[in-house]
Amino acid sequence: MIDHAARAKTFVEDEVRLHWHDKAVWFVRQKRDLARAVLPEWEELRTLASQIKAHTLSRLADYLEEFEKKALAAGAQVHWARDADEHNLIVHGLLQARGVTRLVKSKSMLTEDCGLNPYLEARGIEVVDTDLGERIVQFRHEPPSHIVMPAIHLRKEEIGVLFHERLGTPVGLADPRALTEAARQHLRAKFLGAQAGLTGVNFAIASTGGVVVCTNEGNADLGTALPPLHIACMGVEKLVPGPRELGVFLRLLARSATGQAITTYTSHYHGPRPGAELHIVIVDHGRSGILARKEFRRALQCIRCGACLNTCPVYRHSGGHSYGVAVAGPIGSVLAPHLDAKKNAGLPFASTLCGSCTDVCPVRIDLHHQLLLWRGELAARGLVPLGKRFVSRVGRWVLLRTWAYRLFGKLARIFAPLLPRSGWTRQRELPPMPRESFRAQWRNRAGPR
Amino acid sequence: MEVALFIPCYMDQLYPRVAMATAELLERYGVTVRFPEAQTCCGQPMANSGFFDDARPVARKMIDVFESYPHVVCPSGSCTSMVRNHYPDLLASEPRLEALRGKTLELCEFLHDVLKVRPAGRFAHKVGLHQSCHGLRELRLGSGSERLVPAFSKTRALLEGLEGIELVELARPDDCCGFGGTFAVAEEAVSCAMGRDRIADHERAGAEIITAADISCLMHMDGLIRRDGKKQRVLHIAELLLEATA
Ligand code: SF4
Repeated sequence: MIDHAARAKTFVEDEVRLHWHDKAVWFVRQKRDLARAVLPEWEELRTLASQIKAHTLSRLADYLEEFEKKALAAGAQVHWARDADEHNLIVHGLLQARGVTRLVKSKSMLTEDCGLNPYLEARGIEVVDTDLGERIVQFRHEPPSHIVMPAIHLRKEEIGVLFHERLGTPVGLADPRALTEAARQHLRAKFLGAQAGLTGVNFAIASTGGVVVCTNEGNADLGTALPPLHIACMGVEKLVPGPRELGVFLRLLARSATGQAITTYTSHYHGPRPGAELHIVIVDHGRSGILARKEFRRALQCIRCGACLNTCPVYRHSGGHSYGVAVAGPIGSVLAPHLDAKKNAGLPFASTLCGSCTDVCPVRIDLHHQLLLWRGELAARGLVPLGKRFVSRVGRWVLLRTWAYRLFGKLARIFAPLLPRSGWTRQRELPPMPRESFRAQWRNRAGPR
Repeated sequence: MEVALFIPCYMDQLYPRVAMATAELLERYGVTVRFPEAQTCCGQPMANSGFFDDARPVARKMIDVFESYPHVVCPSGSCTSMVRNHYPDLLASEPRLEALRGKTLELCEFLHDVLKVRPAGRFAHKVGLHQSCHGLRELRLGSGSERLVPAFSKTRALLEGLEGIELVELARPDDCCGFGGTFAVAEEAVSCAMGRDRIADHERAGAEIITAADISCLMHMDGLIRRDGKKQRVLHIAELLLEATA
């Protein structure tokens, strides 16, 4: 089981990084607040987006078939993958058949989730992530810590050291512009040498068969404009019915993600460019299982904007790596147990249930409620530690008997201050223990009532 | 008007002064206060740990205890929200649940919406208002910074009329303090880091007193304040209002 608390403790111990990370991420939340404040219809848009996604998911099979038909008609080829293994196999097959050994990728949380990079690398293919943040974490052999800002856990000085080692920038160079320029030159060569480009998909349009990719760096465009093969990987939930509906999401996505009115590049692919191939890989990887669960279904509405991470005080104070999954934060904690409930049983507990995620989500996913429901499900499946189960049972026995509750309360007030410092008292004082409970005081005050 | 007090277990045992302040404040506004002695706890500690089957009979006991009263008032947003928003997950088929949900109000809601009071009095202090999450986002005691709706805060409205009070401006007016029930111990490191950040925000804004509608958040922050040797005082909003309107 992923021990979020232990990983988070390590993160918190570096106080400088803790505060810096919290501020950097909160800054993005504030930018989002400003960006949505200019749209008086914001709450209506959220409702509309939620309804469109709910509708699309309610007849997903129909929309998928329509999408496939239109995509084929536009000249793309469509592949279906049941899970991560099939997805990786398909992508590798496409590359192998064309003798590709050099692949450039733009950001895709799906391929991260499927473990595509190590899979391809083990088969002799050089995979270059071309999103700047992704390239940084790829150099460091670590996963992204945020779905929109993969290297948000690193300071510019650390990136300077890394680029000195990997790209030969001068020692001590930490100017973000100079570092970005170095990465640009490095990536330019990779783009020119690539034999194939792989992208994620932000939206797939059922009525046109087109896929839409949103980036800020234009790396997806370069990666698909140069090599003769474009592979676009998408989860089944990326569909929207038509271009009209797409407009609603484009207005919400960048504002929620980074506080921009729209991403710098919003690229539409309807079929391959002349002389090139476009392959769309549509992946289930557990999604139909989520769709089958009424109370959890709404999680599939997610457009991966990252707003729930930015607002989450636990994410900001523990960092993305503490979650141990590709998608961190509230949405990650809601999705991960579907794939592996045992391994990810701790994640729904990595929350104070403050509810900020639910209110910030542009597609109105009831995130904190789902976290609570997951706790219930994990307990019911016996995936919560036995000690907790025991305490809960004792609690129930005591709380159902008013006399036992009174006695227990009295003992707690006497003995709690005598215990050695641990748990609550390691960093906090206990409240001064009153001699009498309220109920005793009330009796004394009023006489028998 | 007759009101039954629903006093959360930890308040009954650890903060009787807050419960008493709640009762006296209500009495000051002409309410007849009852305290049904069979009550213990709403079951939130078990439910939030995932043990819905342990919380269920405790929730049922709540229905029994408060069945005969016309109003139930609770000086905790979190426990009120448990009854109003989370009991349906536990007791979907319980026919008596709707009645309890309909009549259970958090103290500030009750003062603001039912009694419609705007306390007049004097409280010449710099006060930081901590917006406890469940009251804010589950009971909608205020608009919250995430949503684009006209700004309002019922807790703030109750304080604003007090003479001499200075409600300080926080950099993050509704970030969570990190208490989170069992989270406070299970995720001690993150919980305390969050709490210290909240306290620092109040400190920078010049608050002498931190108030909230939930004593659980305040217990957590007060524990840190005293361990770290800081000077802020915490007061539940019921205590503050009682003192101000004396
Ligand atoms: S759950 Fe909502 S807020 Fe979080 S990433 Fe998905 S769309 Fe954005």
